[in-house]
Amino acid sequence: MSVATPYVEPAHHEHHELPYSEQLRNNRLGLWLFFTSEAFMFIGLLSSRFYLWGNTRPDLDQTLGLIVTSVLLVSSFFMNRAETAIAHDDRPEFLRSLLITAALGIAFLVGVVGFEWQGHIGPSDGAYGAVLFGMTGMHALHVVSGVIFILIVWNNGRKGSFSAERHWGVEACAIWWHYVDLVWVFFYPALYLMGHVVHG
Amino acid sequence: MILSLGLVRGVIGMIIGAILGMAVTMLIRIGMGLAAWGMEPVSVVGALVGSIGFLLGVGVLTDWIKWMQGKPTPMRHGPPEGKPAWTRYFGTDYNHKVIGIQYTVTGIALLFVAGTLALTFRLELVQPELQYIDTNTFNTFVGAHGIVMIGAILMGVGGLMNYLVPLMIGASDMAFPRLNAFGYWVAVPGALLIVTGIFVGGWDTGWTGYPPLSARAPLGVQMFFLGVYLIGLSSIVGSVNLLTTVTRMRTPGMSLFRMPIFVWAAVATSIIQLTATQLIGLSFLMVLIQRLLGMGFFDPNLTEHAIELNSPPGNVILFQHLFWFYSHPAVYVFILPGLGIISELLPVFCRKPLFGYKWIALSSITIALVGFLVWAHHMFAAGMEDYLRVPFMFATLLVAVPTGVKFFSWTGTLWRGKITLETPMLFVLGSISVFLIGGLTGPPNGTVSTDLFLHDTYWIVGHFHATMFGGFFFPFIAAVYYWFPKVTGRMYDERLGKIHFWISVPGFWVQSLTQAYIGLHGMRRRIADYDPALGIQTGHVLITIAGFAIGISMIIFVYNLVVSARRGEVAVANPWGSRSPEFQIPSPIPEHSYAQPFVVVGEPYDYALPGSTYVNMNPAGLAAGGGGGGGGGGGK
Repeated sequence: MSVATPYVEPAHHEHHELPYSEQLRNNRLGLWLFFTSEAFMFIGLLSSRFYLWGNTRPDLDQTLGLIVTSVLLVSSFFMNRAETAIAHDDRPEFLRSLLITAALGIAFLVGVVGFEWQGHIGPSDGAYGAVLFGMTGMHALHVVSGVIFILIVWNNGRKGSFSAERHWGVEACAIWWHYVDLVWVFFYPALYLMGHVVHG
Repeated sequence: MILSLGLVRGVIGMIIGAILGMAVTMLIRIGMGLAAWGMEPVSVVGALVGSIGFLLGVGVLTDWIKWMQGKPTPMRHGPPEGKPAWTRYFGTDYNHKVIGIQYTVTGIALLFVAGTLALTFRLELVQPELQYIDTNTFNTFVGAHGIVMIGAILMGVGGLMNYLVPLMIGASDMAFPRLNAFGYWVAVPGALLIVTGIFVGGWDTGWTGYPPLSARAPLGVQMFFLGVYLIGLSSIVGSVNLLTTVTRMRTPGMSLFRMPIFVWAAVATSIIQLTATQLIGLSFLMVLIQRLLGMGFFDPNLTEHAIELNSPPGNVILFQHLFWFYSHPAVYVFILPGLGIISELLPVFCRKPLFGYKWIALSSITIALVGFLVWAHHMFAAGMEDYLRVPFMFATLLVAVPTGVKFFSWTGTLWRGKITLETPMLFVLGSISVFLIGGLTGPPNGTVSTDLFLHDTYWIVGHFHATMFGGFFFPFIAAVYYWFPKVTGRMYDERLGKIHFWISVPGFWVQSLTQAYIGLHGMRRRIADYDPALGIQTGHVLITIAGFAIGISMIIFVYNLVVSARRGEVAVANPWGSRSPEFQIPSPIPEHSYAQPFVVVGEPYDYALPGSTYVNMNPAGLAAGGGGGGGGGGGK
């Protein structure tokens, strides 16, 4: 058995902190792993929709569905604009785009909670009510978290945080927002478009 | 000052949060024109806000709140300033070794809680009819035994993975130290909520919480759901952390197939925890809001209005699909780290290379992946769609293949090895024997035709406990003994360790074989009473005696650990002659583990191969002697 080398206590601890570039790559991977995890929850909700509704769907307001979906898709454009702006050190454009994104996100919430939820279907109306409110509710919670995230990033950006080189906070916020948007791209057709309405 | 302990602040924060949450809910209810007091909504919101209060109190959110305000948060190292070193174990600490110990000790404590519950209802089963507890308490205790054990095992798994994986791959810490601390501390209010549930009506549904029963069970079931939700969150963030750490932070030369085999098991476990956990969270959340808001996911009844809308009804089978999509793979979360420990320790005590390293590594991943396709075998007798039965039977039996690979590898490693029987090795061999019982009692449950008769009998109880004890419990004990000198710098008492082994493992053989036997003779699971004419009372007496023997052996175990940690013989750096890198540094392991990154230059398990080296601890060649691989020679 060979001799173990003597242990030398390091003089300083700097090398235990990861350099920014390393930590950035860790952060990206970690966030994507979390997305994978969340995807399973959203797939579980989608599966419940197909299990319970089968090839039918409730009669929902198509115009409203189209409007909220468009609003959310357009918001992702402004989120991308904000991220590009900070990467080019254009702080006014960055802050403006963030606020527009947040406003569109709130508009989406108003559409879902303020209008769709006040329609002729209530949460206790059988599988239609349960799944509709379950899916839109879980998605709306994520939109709320995204809006809060955007406002935190905006507030820090206003105070001078983030630079063209270092803006992981903005990047995380942006991909989180796109992710929530992407989930809706699957939820919208499952709720509004697929299957046929059974008239009594 | 007692308030300097994070745990104490957490509990106070939980109480304040709960009161605040309840008050706000009552105000909102008054605003909505409802009666102020509604037992369920008020309690559920109180529990939720209370859990956030716990996290704020313990201080695990502090740095993140500073991030939101754009304040700098320098990393803290070492024990807290101006306080005794032991206090760090009761508060927020970012060192993965501290968090590993926190997980492990919590796990052992929960083992005792769950074990006590089991011994209570085992006493009830000694005689037919009811003597000590009523049926509702019996059912609650059975369910609580199950879920607290699951919590205990998840804590144990978290402990092993957090402590060992960064050391084994040469990472300075986990990739996200703050998230790591959050992952531990979020599980603590979860466990507290589950225990609270026992006192607020309990839940007579068993740990599976199936609706429609759980939709009507007492308030305790809501606390149970919330507790599981928080522990699930702990699993998810822990697995994000572990997978990132293993992917990105391996030391130079540590290619995938040169990682210690336990790391492979940890990765396979984390893949399941990352993804499947969401589904048990979702299924419990759906019952929780069905109870709170009347959303009938699992309610077959329709309201007048729903009938007008032509809405289809809810369906209870959906719950079972969502629930088992996690809860079957969950058993692989429990056993894969344990089987990894067996593969990790065997070569050390056989002084031989691990037989078929790559096959073992890939078999862990295969078990994890195939494990996603077998969930409905829990539902053969549940009125599930008939056409699902045969595919799920085949998928289930397929799991036997990678598991068999592990057994052959262990046999191959043991074959003609220079075996020495220290306590860790005894428990490894005991694990293999117990897991064999669990393995052989499995295929009859996976086969539809036989499962229809075995379903919900004590045969299943015997099978399940053998897999858990062989796959997690005994390997976990082996791991605790094995790494005890690395953690504390002292040796445990070998004599007490052997006594622990010779009580617990044979005790367990008796317990699980008898459980299978009385199951075949008609004993149902989860039932407080049985017909004496079945002729199984002797069996029940035997199981109860064995259960108490295991309980006593666990007290010996904890006594041994506590006394040895203070007064045990001082341990050398590498008491087992291991080649693993964590054994090449002093015991106990220093705050920052490795003084400098080491380099992997050879295969991990080439014991008894002359001149072979696994790790070069001093790659710059600063000290004479070069590679400190250790264990290259045959003896210890």
